[in-house]
Amino acid sequence: MAVGEYWVRPGPEGYLPPAAASMGVELPQRGEALVEGRVVPEEDAFRVIAEKLLTARNPVFFPGPKILWAWKDGAVEKARAVLKLMEAVGARAIPMPDYRPKYPMINPAVEINPNHPNLTIWHNRIDVGVFVGVHCHYANLALKIIRGGTDCYTIALCGEVGHEDAMITLRDVDAGKLERLTEVARALSAARSPQVQAPAAGAAG
Amino acid sequence: MSKGLFKISPGFEDVMPAEYKELVTNGPYGRDLGISDLGTFKELIEEHPLCAGCAEALALRLILASLPNPEDTVIVGSTGCSSLLFPQVAVQNIHSLFGNQNAVATGLKRALRLRFPDKVKDVAVIAGDGATVDIGLDMVMQSWFRRELITTIMLDNEVYANTGGQESGMSPQGAVLNMAPLGKKFPKVNLPEIAREAGCAYVATISPALPRRLGKVVRRAILVAREIGPSYVQIFCPCPTNFKWPSAQVLQKIRDRQKEGIFKVREYVSPEAEAYLARLEVVKQHDEEQ
Ligand code: SF4
Repeated sequence: MAVGEYWVRPGPEGYLPPAAASMGVELPQRGEALVEGRVVPEEDAFRVIAEKLLTARNPVFFPGPKILWAWKDGAVEKARAVLKLMEAVGARAIPMPDYRPKYPMINPAVEINPNHPNLTIWHNRIDVGVFVGVHCHYANLALKIIRGGTDCYTIALCGEVGHEDAMITLRDVDAGKLERLTEVARALSAARSPQVQAPAAGAAG
Repeated sequence: MSKGLFKISPGFEDVMPAEYKELVTNGPYGRDLGISDLGTFKELIEEHPLCAGCAEALALRLILASLPNPEDTVIVGSTGCSSLLFPQVAVQNIHSLFGNQNAVATGLKRALRLRFPDKVKDVAVIAGDGATVDIGLDMVMQSWFRRELITTIMLDNEVYANTGGQESGMSPQGAVLNMAPLGKKFPKVNLPEIAREAGCAYVATISPALPRRLGKVVRRAILVAREIGPSYVQIFCPCPTNFKWPSAQVLQKIRDRQKEGIFKVREYVSPEAEAYLARLEVVKQHDEEQ
């Protein structure tokens, strides 16, 4: 396939999928995001992410060390925003507390590890997985392995410039952006299931 | 380093694996624990893939329990059996190329001093005999000549164990090994002597058969490397797999070797290091009396 025609879609893509960057997929600029390797305005990506998560059978967040540990100012705020988003889309979390390979003791039912993320994904039958708070090089490694060996749809909510190897990637993700994504998800969820909308303020029970 | 590194973000406590929760609530970070406290706290090592009865694994467990400041310590390891074990250890660690561990530790220590000028950051090399006395001897000695403020701990298992049993500089003379069928022709390298001559302010040899003493030695080595100069600890922990001893007999074999005088517990403390350790002792006593 020619460089520039490459899509970043769920695998399995084989034992050694190419890094999306080597196939011509470029990282988004500020205000933009990547959806399956194509640059889109960030707002569009919010909607696609919300849609993917809300329609998933088993959406799972993989929070990494940068938000699991209260290691610096802002980490706890971001962690709270992630929890809110998870609640809004009905996702659960499998943590990635650190990156020790833990051969051969990894328990994929309990935690995910970038060196063998596919075990967790197979084991838990995850169709949509979200990486958040994972250091970039480990996210890159895990995202490529997942695409190589599973059909999980991956989303990276990246605090830096994003990940070409996720099917959807947002960049510069901070607590504010997570709040915005949660709003979009809530609105979409309400629109999708009007019968379960909260009663209007003042309405009698 | 902020102790926040070891606090879980509120809301995520439930999803954390049990061993992490235990490390946070009952680990040694920020507490002054030692070998005599073993059994009362969550240790820094979580399972490991080394052979049953491996004296190196036991030595590392004891080293970890003796670190004066585990939350602010970085271990630099090198290729060998011990490097299989580091991934199971909850202390920051770096794996270097085979033999260049002391060069990596040098750069790291200097960078940490620039980045955290007001904090004590301990850097300890923990590597096998192949990495320390054979492949890495040049870089090990050069770091001592330069008086780098790092601790070098050699796990002396007396063989290249991980690759099937070649003789190392630390294999005893006459040792017959899988890949040294005719027996080694030369005696063990006298690295403690070399370390002293090369400028180490503290040098000790010890074994895991003397756990409390090992704890004391490791602590002293790390404290001396904070202020005075490089330190070197050689831990005698022969490999039962390659020497073909039953796992349960390793400690007895170490004790036998000590009785025969083949392995000797030794300690060299330079006068400056001696004065410094005495000062710390006075401060500690004073603190305890308060
Ligand atoms: S080969 Fe020897 S040194 Fe290596 S893990 Fe086994 S017993 Fe320990």
